[in-house]
Amino acid sequence: MLAFIIRRVLQSILVLLIVGLTAFSMFRFVGDPIDNMLGQERTAADIERLREQLGLDQGFPVQYYKFLTEAAHGNFGVSYRQGRPVAEILLERAPATLELAAVSGILAIAFGIAFGVFTAIRRNGVLANVIMSASLIGVSLPTFLIGILLIYIFSVELGWLPSFGRGETVQIGNWSTGLLTASGLKALVLPSITLGLYQMTLIMRLVRSEMLEVLRQDYIRFARARGLRDRVINFRHALKNTMVPVITVIGLQVGAIIAFAIITETVFQWPGVGLLFINAVQFVDIPVMAAYLMLISVMFVGINLIVDILYFFIDPRLRVDRAGGH
Amino acid sequence: MSDAVLSIRGLSVEIPSRSGTVKPVDGVSYDIRAGEILGVVGESGAGKSMAGNAVIGLLTPPAHIAAGEIWLNGTRIDTLKGEDMRRLRGKQIGMVFQDPLTSLNPLLSIGDQLTETMLTHLDITRSEARTRAIAALEEVGIPGAAERIDSYPHEFSGGMRQRVVIALALCAEPSLIIADEPTTALDVSVQAQIIALLKRLCRERGTAVMLITHDMGVIAEAADRVAVMYAGRLAELGDVRDVLTAPRHPYTFGLMASTPLASQGKARLHQIEGAMPRLNKVPEGCPFNPRCAYAQDKCRKAPSPQIADRAAACWFPMTAEKVS
Amino acid sequence: MAELPVKAAEQSRLRVFLDSDVFYMFRKSPVAVVSTIVFATLVLAAVFAPLIAPTNPFDPASLNLMNGFTGPMAPNAFTGESFLLGTDDQGRDVFSTILYGMRVSLFVGVAAVLLAMVLGITLGLISGYVGGWTETIIMRTADVQLTFPSILVAMLIFGVAKGITPVEYRDQMAIWVLILAIGLSDWVQFARVVRGATMVEKRKEYVEAARLIGRTPYAIMLRHILPNVLSPVLVIATISLALAIIAEATLSFLGVGAPATQPSLGTLIRIGQGFLFSGEWWILLFPAVTLLTLALSVNLLGDWLRDALNPRLR
Repeated sequence: MLAFIIRRVLQSILVLLIVGLTAFSMFRFVGDPIDNMLGQERTAADIERLREQLGLDQGFPVQYYKFLTEAAHGNFGVSYRQGRPVAEILLERAPATLELAAVSGILAIAFGIAFGVFTAIRRNGVLANVIMSASLIGVSLPTFLIGILLIYIFSVELGWLPSFGRGETVQIGNWSTGLLTASGLKALVLPSITLGLYQMTLIMRLVRSEMLEVLRQDYIRFARARGLRDRVINFRHALKNTMVPVITVIGLQVGAIIAFAIITETVFQWPGVGLLFINAVQFVDIPVMAAYLMLISVMFVGINLIVDILYFFIDPRLRVDRAGGH
Repeated sequence: MSDAVLSIRGLSVEIPSRSGTVKPVDGVSYDIRAGEILGVVGESGAGKSMAGNAVIGLLTPPAHIAAGEIWLNGTRIDTLKGEDMRRLRGKQIGMVFQDPLTSLNPLLSIGDQLTETMLTHLDITRSEARTRAIAALEEVGIPGAAERIDSYPHEFSGGMRQRVVIALALCAEPSLIIADEPTTALDVSVQAQIIALLKRLCRERGTAVMLITHDMGVIAEAADRVAVMYAGRLAELGDVRDVLTAPRHPYTFGLMASTPLASQGKARLHQIEGAMPRLNKVPEGCPFNPRCAYAQDKCRKAPSPQIADRAAACWFPMTAEKVS
Repeated sequence: MAELPVKAAEQSRLRVFLDSDVFYMFRKSPVAVVSTIVFATLVLAAVFAPLIAPTNPFDPASLNLMNGFTGPMAPNAFTGESFLLGTDDQGRDVFSTILYGMRVSLFVGVAAVLLAMVLGITLGLISGYVGGWTETIIMRTADVQLTFPSILVAMLIFGVAKGITPVEYRDQMAIWVLILAIGLSDWVQFARVVRGATMVEKRKEYVEAARLIGRTPYAIMLRHILPNVLSPVLVIATISLALAIIAEATLSFLGVGAPATQPSLGTLIRIGQGFLFSGEWWILLFPAVTLLTLALSVNLLGDWLRDALNPRLR
């Protein structure tokens, strides 16, 4: 098992290095690295110092290394658009995205599993069929259309919920939260539904198909032959076995949510890192793009690694060494 | 009938399908008494498992009981539905499936699977259930039961797993066990052990056993009485010694002649011409008539006679003269 | 006997297709038939846009600013002209913009999928047939790329390409960059499937025979293996098309796709969103409904196709 972990960690590091290389190339070759790091107000001394710091007169590998060390220290350069250090901007806007992602994620997982189990157990019921048809539409609709539709119904026509922004936020230390104010909570509703809907449909369909597969197994039949109650069979036996492959997918979805937040944040003008990134792409603000890329990849790779390791603890079959049975 | 644990009368199971209605069980009747092992033997597709499924109420739709009665300990059970039938399963009727690997939930320890079964049917505490579970494992011959009770199924070998399955089937103390091909998926050396185990446990507790198999050797070894099935119908029924040494139905006769029992020592194995018909193409009259060497007009036209205790479903059963 | 018609061998491929199981299932499934009809109608409308559209909304000369903000079917207060679906802020006929917008959407979608297919199939064939280091490198790259959602990859490619292009050309190049970005973000699934199938075919005797005759690897890959690995590719391609159309719409909506001078349905929706609150709902609604219909029909078709071609479900 240890060997497995080590191998996965090494793989992850390799991926991060490759991504770092891509970010570095963007930084160095698209646009001017001096501009990327220093911004408009700089002196000749600054430029000289930076030349040295980045090793611009030295070989490629050296520059790459220095780029990575700078990044590791939180120095991602200065944004073209805002003239401020990228790290600062990112920290400022991260809470918005994280809150949105967390709320959406929880909704998606909770409802996804619930609906998935329901449509598997009551597979031929009318309600189940309705839910499944609705889910097909949920999967085909682009996220931004869902957002716009929700805005049209709930903001324009009904006027119940705001159509942009976070509402009032409360500052707790470094974190600005919208969860503590009424307007903040109201502002969260539509964006989190928009963001979570696609994920929820995905999870629901997956849970359903896995559970149907599990319910066909012999051990479920044997459990019935032993006279166990339906509730026990569905939730203790079937659900447990269903969750094993589902957990992996859910873990991976966490990363996807943060990436898809880009779209939702744009629709609702939500001041998070997603909107920041899109503006950066429109404006060709390389330092922000590179920084976002690196942070996202650390997050994705990290999540993939954790999910893989978690798998071990969930499925006892993988825990035992080869020399198990007799 | 009053002292029989299980009594099946004229049971028929039908499966409607696109190509017509299939009858995997057609007018089958037999009894099983307490402590008795009835072997139900026949080729694949003969309907033996279906009868077992019908008794325990686990027919997969659209298969359903079309006719007949099933009586368990004097109560009629084929009309029971839902919750009533569920209470019966495990408590009055236990079942053992063929493949021990897939019968056990890989994510639950065998201790958990045992205790949950017992707690569902018996009014005992959790710790008592656990004690009983350990005892059950010891009884089926799992060494070091107290340590291994929290192990998972994949940590056991095939034979051990089947022992666990048997323990599970017996733990709520049912009066009837249906064993559907319990040894088919096991190594030959292990088969004998499992059969011996099943025999011993059932004798000790007076449990009735429906032992379903296609293996004549198992029947010879374990069964008290035997029911031979062919194309969904009962061909012959009787004490195992009688049926095996002096079969009366031509099919049974053919089966015995083609079984390489150690005692026979013949030069060539007899072969019954043709193959058992598929259930949607059963011939008119006696289902065996196209392959029967002694078939006559009556066999082709009239349905085969019903069986009453020791008899064969044949108009012209085998007698001493025919055999020689 | 005078003549036994040996028609079987001469049956045209069309006949074979029409008689096949797949087509039978298709005819029987209302979902499949309806979505195909809808999709085909939209495609035809897009292809023949110049002929169908009452105006060419992107020819500045034909525009009259005074026509702006006219509601659907209502005659304009100033000029008295009426438009089927209304006009936008510049006086462009919405119906026409939708037709031309669909053109862009479909063009980008199809081109991107073609790019992804060509790239994916080629790399898949090579890595499956040649194996060794080549395969490892290609597949590892695929894995790395797969860690990220494809839309993110597309955005990045678009951003970088935009950064490299001189400002004057950015609008013109946008469509091509978009195709490149979406295509490059999508090749992996084709490559994987083709690689798997190639590895299976590679072991078969007809490949061995071709090798013995002395055919070059290229010839073997192209003429012998490729036709046999195309079936699963077809299913993926349909679903990919649906995803590509949505991806393009999303990117354009976000402002990193088709520009306003050559808008796709996504761009039109972006423009329309700005007018939601001021009451000119038609500028948003009609392009949105069109996109929805397009996406839904391709998705349903792809879903049906996947179920129909799945041997396990039959």
